Amino acid sequence: MTNKEKYDKAFIETFSLKASDLNDTLAYNENPAWDSIGHMSMVAALEDAFGIALETDDIINFSSYKKGFELLAKYGVAL
Amino acid sequence: MFAIDRIIDRPPFSLAQREKEELYAAALRELTRHHSKRCPPYRRILDTLDFDPDLAHRVENIPFIPVRLFKEYELASVARPQVFKTMTSSGTSGQAVSRIFLDRETAALQTKALAKITMDFIGAKRLPLLIIDTPSAVKDRSLFSARGAGILGFSMFGRNVTYALDDALRLDLATVEAFSAEHAGKDVLLFGFTYMIWEYFHKELARLKRRLGLGKGILIHGGGWKKLNDQAVDNNVFKHGLQNTCGIERVHNYYGLVEQTGSIFMECKAGVLHASIFSDVIIRRPDFSVCGAREAGLVQLISLLPLSYPGHSLLTEDAGEWLGQDDCSCGRLGKYFKINGRVQNAETRGCSDAYEPA
Repeated sequence: MTNKEKYDKAFIETFSLKASDLNDTLAYNENPAWDSIGHMSMVAALEDAFGIALETDDIINFSSYKKGFELLAKYGVAL
Repeated sequence: MFAIDRIIDRPPFSLAQREKEELYAAALRELTRHHSKRCPPYRRILDTLDFDPDLAHRVENIPFIPVRLFKEYELASVARPQVFKTMTSSGTSGQAVSRIFLDRETAALQTKALAKITMDFIGAKRLPLLIIDTPSAVKDRSLFSARGAGILGFSMFGRNVTYALDDALRLDLATVEAFSAEHAGKDVLLFGFTYMIWEYFHKELARLKRRLGLGKGILIHGGGWKKLNDQAVDNNVFKHGLQNTCGIERVHNYYGLVEQTGSIFMECKAGVLHASIFSDVIIRRPDFSVCGAREAGLVQLISLLPLSYPGHSLLTEDAGEWLGQDDCSCGRLGKYFKINGRVQNAETRGCSDAYEPA
C-alpha cells in the first residue's frame, strides 16, 4: 500500500466514508463522524498506519483532510 | 476578532498582572459589547445595571452574571444554526443543568487554550494515558457533558489511551496493572475526576492492597471537592493517598467551570492555582467590593474564550482567596489563588460529583 492509500484508508475506516468523500472540503467538525471523538480515533489510526506519534499541537492543527498532508510531511510521511 | 488574537500564541503564563489588566480592560470591553449586541437577555441585564458597554470601564467594574443563569435561561450570542455543540454540566438527576451553546470558533479556542495551559505543565510530548473513568463516559456523542468533554479534551495529551474503570465503574485491575507494568519507571499521564479517582481507583487499590509503580507519572484531576470534603479528604490527603497506591509524585488539581471550558486554572508544584493569559480571577466580599490578598470571598471568573454565549464574566458559587501575583516560586506570571470550597447554601454541583451511587 502507498502512503496515500494508507492515509485514505484511515479516513474511510474511521469515519465510515466512501473514497469519493475524500476531498478538499472534508474537515474537522464538518462531517458528523469527524467530531472530537472521531478526531482522536483518526489520529490513532494514522499513528498505527505510519508508526509515528503526533505532537499535541499537530493534533489540534489537523483541521482537514488536506491539512493532514502538510502535517504528516513533518513526520517524514510523504503523501 | 478580539484581543485574544494578539495573545493566543504567547506562552500562557507570560503576562505580568499589570500588563494583563491593561489588555483585559480592552478585551472585556469588546467582549461585553459583542454579547450585548448579540444576546438580548444579556443586554437587558446590562440595562438593568445601568451599564453602558460602549464606555471604557475598569476590569473590576465589568458586570458579572451568576453561573446559575445558564441553568435557568438559554443564553446564546449566536443564531441557532451556528451552534454546533451544546455542552451541559453533568448535574445529578432532578437538578437543572447549565446549557452552554458553542459555535466552532469558541470550541476551537477552548481546545487551543486547554492545550497551551496543560502543555505548560506536562510538555509537548504526548504520554501514555490512563483515564480513571469508564469508556462509556464519551460514547454517547449527543450528550456532551462536562465529564465527557474533560476526558476528550485531555485525550489530546495522551497516546495508548487506556480506561481504568469498566462500564459499571469497577476497577479493571488487570488492565491497570498491565498499563503500570508496561510503562513502569517511564513518563505517563493519568487523568480523571477528583471524586471518581478517589472513590473507584484509589480506595479500590488500597482495599486490594495493590501498589502501582507510576513514580514518574503525572496525575491531572478536577471537578470539585465537595463530596470528598464530606469525607474529610482534602488536597493533601488526596496526594498522599495517591502516592501510596500509585507511587505518583506529581499531582495537579485544576479548577474551572463548564461555563468557561478551556481556560482552566492549574495547580503548580507550589500547590496554588494559576490564572493563564486566557482568564483571570477576582475575589469579592458579600457586598461585591473587591477583596485584598489573602482575604476570603466569592470567586468571580473572567475568560476571554466565550464568544458564542455571554460567559466571559461569571460569579461562581465558590469561595476562595487570591494569594499573590507574578511572584510564585514556580515562575508563572499573573495571579495565583486557592479555592476554599462551596459557598454555604449554594446549590450542589461539580462535574466529578455527577455520579450518584445507587
